[in-house]
Amino acid sequence: MLNAYQETVFQFMLRDALLGLSIYLTLVTGMFSLANAGFLAIGAYISAVLWKYLGVPLEGALVIAPLACALIALPIGLPVLRLKDIYLAIATIGFGEVVRIMIINFDKIAQGVTGQPNLVITNGGAGISGIEKLAQTWQLILVLAVVAFLIYRLHRSRFGRAMAAIRQDERAAATMGINVVYVKVMIFVFSAALAGLAGVFDAFLARAIKPNDYGFTQAVNILAYAVLGGTSTLFGPIFGAFGLRVLPEALRFSQQFRGVLIGVLLLAVIIYLPGGLINPAAWNRLWVRLRGRRSGAVQGGG
Amino acid sequence: MISNEFLQQVVNAISLGAIYSLFALGYAMVFSILGVLNLAHSAVFMWGAFLGLITVTEIKLPLLLAFPVAMVGAGLIAVALDFLAFRPLRRRNAPRISQLIVSIGASALLVSLSQLTFGTDPRRFPFDILPSGAIQGLPFRVTLIQVIVLITALILMVLLNILVLRTRLGQAMRAVAFNQRTASLLGVNVSGIFASTFFIAGALAGIAGVLYGLTYNSILPFMGDQVALKGLTAIVLGGMGSIPGAVLGGFGVAGLERFSVAVGGSDYRDAVVFLILFLMLLVRPQGLIGQKEQTRA
Repeated sequence: MLNAYQETVFQFMLRDALLGLSIYLTLVTGMFSLANAGFLAIGAYISAVLWKYLGVPLEGALVIAPLACALIALPIGLPVLRLKDIYLAIATIGFGEVVRIMIINFDKIAQGVTGQPNLVITNGGAGISGIEKLAQTWQLILVLAVVAFLIYRLHRSRFGRAMAAIRQDERAAATMGINVVYVKVMIFVFSAALAGLAGVFDAFLARAIKPNDYGFTQAVNILAYAVLGGTSTLFGPIFGAFGLRVLPEALRFSQQFRGVLIGVLLLAVIIYLPGGLINPAAWNRLWVRLRGRRSGAVQGGG
Repeated sequence: MISNEFLQQVVNAISLGAIYSLFALGYAMVFSILGVLNLAHSAVFMWGAFLGLITVTEIKLPLLLAFPVAMVGAGLIAVALDFLAFRPLRRRNAPRISQLIVSIGASALLVSLSQLTFGTDPRRFPFDILPSGAIQGLPFRVTLIQVIVLITALILMVLLNILVLRTRLGQAMRAVAFNQRTASLLGVNVSGIFASTFFIAGALAGIAGVLYGLTYNSILPFMGDQVALKGLTAIVLGGMGSIPGAVLGGFGVAGLERFSVAVGGSDYRDAVVFLILFLMLLVRPQGLIGQKEQTRA
């Protein structure tokens, strides 16, 4: 069996997989959003604060945090999702930064509003520590399995086909009578809730959270899961998340080498394997080409 | 009568705005000519600052030489990025988002490499490198560094303006920005233009890095992050591909930042800047002086 350290790594793999699925949902609907790290932060902070000051357990946070993220995502998604590709990327990077700055300054605002000068809730840049490690491996596996199953079902529903249509061509989809705004905003909200869910586990796994854990670097990491695994199937980002957590551990990389690895992988995968590693169609083509070459000129001529 | 405090913030804003403008110019040039948002620009900025620092502290050359070293070095890093990351994608006609992701990857790589090389503690120029006291006899506080920043930035902006509007290279750049294919049919070396654009953008980022490093005297691998978003806000304010817009946006962002410090304290200055970024994107994505981008089906 796994020792304690390996089990922690495994738990973080499962959390990362949830984050990978969170960005996967927006990507397969044709939205390039980097807001996930911000929602991860919101989820983690809500769980930590509720646990620390009101004694709300992990199970309670699993309900409250995703709901809160969804409620925040709705008014943000409605205007922001009118933006396309790089403009959406810039706006969501900005969102992540605003969340980070708000968390750092939250206490000052709260002190001003309540009139209590010594009120400490988010504890500024130092963050919240001393959170109990309540997350269990089976809970993570269960949540990930349920989420993956729901997304799998979503793909095969009417809504899922609308998502695929919007990714292909937004205008054509609208012409076919798909309510593009509704689908995009709903997916943005789902994705935010999923990132919030990952945030709950993050708080109860990491045991200490601080605003700078959820900056642009985190957003890039989440993006890397989806890019490495590809977004052809929902297993892509899960695989990408597992790979990017295990590889640096297995190679005993320091934090800096991890950054180098992520940078090189993002470059290499986008340039040489645009569909990511889990891309059945591309592997199939490669297989057909290799087999064709082996069986000689008879079939290869066509 | 204008109060001294206000005048002081204006002075600070002009000096900071000069740095933001130089930095944002690189974003705007690459975007206008290649249609690519290069998020690795801030990492090039950071490397420029470190190259300038090494020139002074390790190689023991005078500060005056740190500027050209940082410009050439950062320019070459940017050209290398174009060759290794953007060119393969251009060949394949990859979507804009792929180019954006590649630039994010390149940024992560450059930042991690600098962490490995220089560590994560802030590095500083020697304290006596420039007199840090205020210049006497003025109604507000101006340091020599602020004067150098402004003069350097103005000279570079004038030079860039001449380069883009008055030289053959600038003409070719504008031709490529207008239509790549037509430009190449008319005998413009498009790859060469891309490389020179990246070099100029990188050089501007590099010198902006040194000036920023001198102003705050703290150089570290993550110094690009904050400036990256300020620069993005600047080009969004000025209109994504507009070169005068980038300058206007740079000064605008610095003005907003200093003004919100004066009004609400320094904690919220970044939040105010990003709020403006949000609003601009939603209300007027073409920027203050830009034209609407054509949407193609």
